[in-house]
Amino acid sequence: MPRPPSRELHSLTDVVDTHVSDAHDTGHVTSTGISNEKLAMWIFLGSECLLFGGLISTFLLYKDRTASGPELHDLYDIGFTSISSFVLLMSSLTMVLAVSAVQRGDQRTLRAWLAVTAILGGVFISGQVYEFTEFLNEGLGFTTSPASSAFFTLTGFHGAHVTIGIVMLVSTLVLSLRGRITQKNAEAVEIVGLYWHFVDVVWILVFTIVYLIK
Amino acid sequence: MSSTDGPLALGSGGQLSSPPMGVFARPGQSKGWRSWITTVDHKRIGILYGAAALFFFLIGGIEALLIRLQLAAPNGKLLSADLYNQVYTMHGTTMIFLVVMPIGAAFMNYLLPLQIGARDVAFPRLNALSFWVFLFGGVVLNSSWLLGGGADGGWFNYAPNSGVIFSPTHGIDFWNMGLLITGIASLLGAINLITTVLNMRAPGMTLMKMPVFTWMSLVTQFLLLFAIPVLTSAQFLLMFDRLFGAKFFDVSEGADPLLWEHLFWIFGHPEVYIMILPAFGVISEIIPVFARKPIFGYPFMVFSGIAIGFMGWGVWAHHMFASGIGPISVAAFSVSTMFIAVPTGVKILNWMATMWGGKLKFSAPMLYSIGLVTMFTIGGLSGVTHAVSPADTQQTDTYYIVAHFHYVLFGGALFGFIGGWYFWWPKAFGYALSDKLGKANFWLLLLGFNLTFGPMHILGLQGMPRRTYTYRDGYGFNLWNFVSTVGAFLIAISFLVFFWNIIASRRKAKVAGLVMSGDPWDSRSLEWMLPCPTPAHNFDVIPTVSTLDEFWHRKYGEDEAGRLVRIAATADVSQKGDATDVHLPSPSYWPIVLAFGLPWVAYGLIYSLWFCVLGAVCIIGAIYGWVMEPSTEPGGDHGDHDPHPSDASGDAAASIEGAALVD
Repeated sequence: MPRPPSRELHSLTDVVDTHVSDAHDTGHVTSTGISNEKLAMWIFLGSECLLFGGLISTFLLYKDRTASGPELHDLYDIGFTSISSFVLLMSSLTMVLAVSAVQRGDQRTLRAWLAVTAILGGVFISGQVYEFTEFLNEGLGFTTSPASSAFFTLTGFHGAHVTIGIVMLVSTLVLSLRGRITQKNAEAVEIVGLYWHFVDVVWILVFTIVYLIK
Repeated sequence: MSSTDGPLALGSGGQLSSPPMGVFARPGQSKGWRSWITTVDHKRIGILYGAAALFFFLIGGIEALLIRLQLAAPNGKLLSADLYNQVYTMHGTTMIFLVVMPIGAAFMNYLLPLQIGARDVAFPRLNALSFWVFLFGGVVLNSSWLLGGGADGGWFNYAPNSGVIFSPTHGIDFWNMGLLITGIASLLGAINLITTVLNMRAPGMTLMKMPVFTWMSLVTQFLLLFAIPVLTSAQFLLMFDRLFGAKFFDVSEGADPLLWEHLFWIFGHPEVYIMILPAFGVISEIIPVFARKPIFGYPFMVFSGIAIGFMGWGVWAHHMFASGIGPISVAAFSVSTMFIAVPTGVKILNWMATMWGGKLKFSAPMLYSIGLVTMFTIGGLSGVTHAVSPADTQQTDTYYIVAHFHYVLFGGALFGFIGGWYFWWPKAFGYALSDKLGKANFWLLLLGFNLTFGPMHILGLQGMPRRTYTYRDGYGFNLWNFVSTVGAFLIAISFLVFFWNIIASRRKAKVAGLVMSGDPWDSRSLEWMLPCPTPAHNFDVIPTVSTLDEFWHRKYGEDEAGRLVRIAATADVSQKGDATDVHLPSPSYWPIVLAFGLPWVAYGLIYSLWFCVLGAVCIIGAIYGWVMEPSTEPGGDHGDHDPHPSDASGDAAASIEGAALVD
């Protein structure tokens, strides 16, 4: 049987582990040309859209059902949340700079931007913790009303996603410090970046829907 | 069951010295129980899925027989009303999530890499993790029987009926936790298998040269990918309500009782196609082989499958016609539900056209396939009657509905899967199941199935409500209920025949010691190029594909008059099972360790948060162990690679996988 020699595969690892160095050199081992890891992350993010879709729908249905509790819009401090949103969006920029650095093979810059991205994410989370505490003090608890349950669940799920993203960023930073992130596998950083940007994009939606739309 | 042991030792665990994380030595066994719990071989994982599904099938089957015994005569005393609620809820949940879905997963795991000409799935360890997570989820769900009783709100557990006020035991909490965990398994499986099909096809295998089973599996995995998170979000809401006092379904505080119904059925209707499409794929492989004709209208088969996948998202509210969603919604969903019958009808007609004029051979797999086509058509037709919303308001919550969905899911999905078992059994285990017993099995099942569920149409139209634990004498329900119970026991006997067939055929094959040919049915797709049972490394050399039904076209051609002529002996175009120069991913303990942490989190949320801490330690430890362990052990015999420094990227990528798992 004829078979094109360029596509002949000797080893399972050639197929399974596209991070094996030669896979990156040729870049054509997979049928789509996208590495398995990157494709898997895209597919996973597709699924995440529906998870947030369910929670956002729930919030939209419940946002005015405040029972005897306070109205959500009476509690929002739009200025404060805008600033923390801005911080989170800026972290997408620093993430791009980190990916760009590793693609150039510039380890020092990579580490710096990874650290900055993680810190910006941390600032956002701190802001969220502060905001939740304030709401709690003003009488809006998780169990106050359907609206409050929906609010805390949606923003809390997003916060959990940001936190996991920070763990991924710090792990990448540690791996880089141990010399295990190189220009060749820059894609690992890019995949972390995909997740991070997704979380940011979700926040744009959440911020608009939860805070800005009355 | 260890028949997939090839001549090749998995990985190179033998030479390994340094235990990853200082906890485990890298497992190196290729035989024995340890090789099964550490396996990353997609074929073994497929077999594990099938075995686990059959185990849960026994549980779900016993629950079904209990239901039928209770209803055999009026004023049944076997089960109390409360226990009856638990039994039908757990029967439905078990059969859907722990039987039909994992049997589909078993076929997909086993067959997808073989059909696309790959040596394994894209992420072998993640694949093992999917299975173990599924298994532990099933265990959590069923452990409720030992810990105070099962869920009692129906498999859909409508809120607020499923809230603590109406269901104060922990049954629904176990249901919630168990299905959240199996949901993680489905999500991971979907990511893995979609990546595999899109990325790891053999050279030349374009999307439109993939076997129909591969196509239907791909559609199914996309449905899972998008449907499961909707159920997950709904289940989180219910969990927060039940365990932490949230107000999502507290109607007295202004919550909307329709929220759960919408979220559940947005998941629940695609779920129907998640269960049936793999079986459609299975019989699309079987019918051409036993008709000795190519599948009729291959592109139509593919695109109607995709159409079902898309339209399956636009019909969910037909489950809610009786809940007061308003005339416009009802009209819209009526029409969309009638529309979705069209691509399904295309498939039915294409199967018939495939058989038309073929040299039909009625072996057991073919009988089951024809069984699917006929039984599913009956179920499909009664389904269309639900789409007529005025009729549906009469049928809602009666046995007519029960009859309908058993015709599509049992008569459809399960018939197809049993046919698939008879068809691919030699490929997986190296011996064929007896065709004679298989036919006896089929006719018994067909008879028992129709006796059980056929009368339910009549009972339903007479007004017998579902989910009611007994009925009084004198309503005219007695005869058909009794017939139905007799039928249920016939089904049970037919499955005993099936299990007996497995044992007897295996014994016979062992005594005879026959070497199985790789292609017992003279089949069409790539997996039949391989020896039976499939060797651990699948393909000696990855084949280059130039047509649909590649293997068939390597065996047969046409003469000038267009007649079928053999152009090569099967043995000459088959692969020999020679594993020279093939390296496989190494087995790993981490998937099962990681999965083991999840039940603790579940029990922790129900009983005491301290268990959660235990579970979290287990999960996080396992993620780090996983990350630190290269997916393929760099051993001395892996000489054809540089000792690559880029292992780190694998670790980083694995850490992404890991991080993705916990959210």
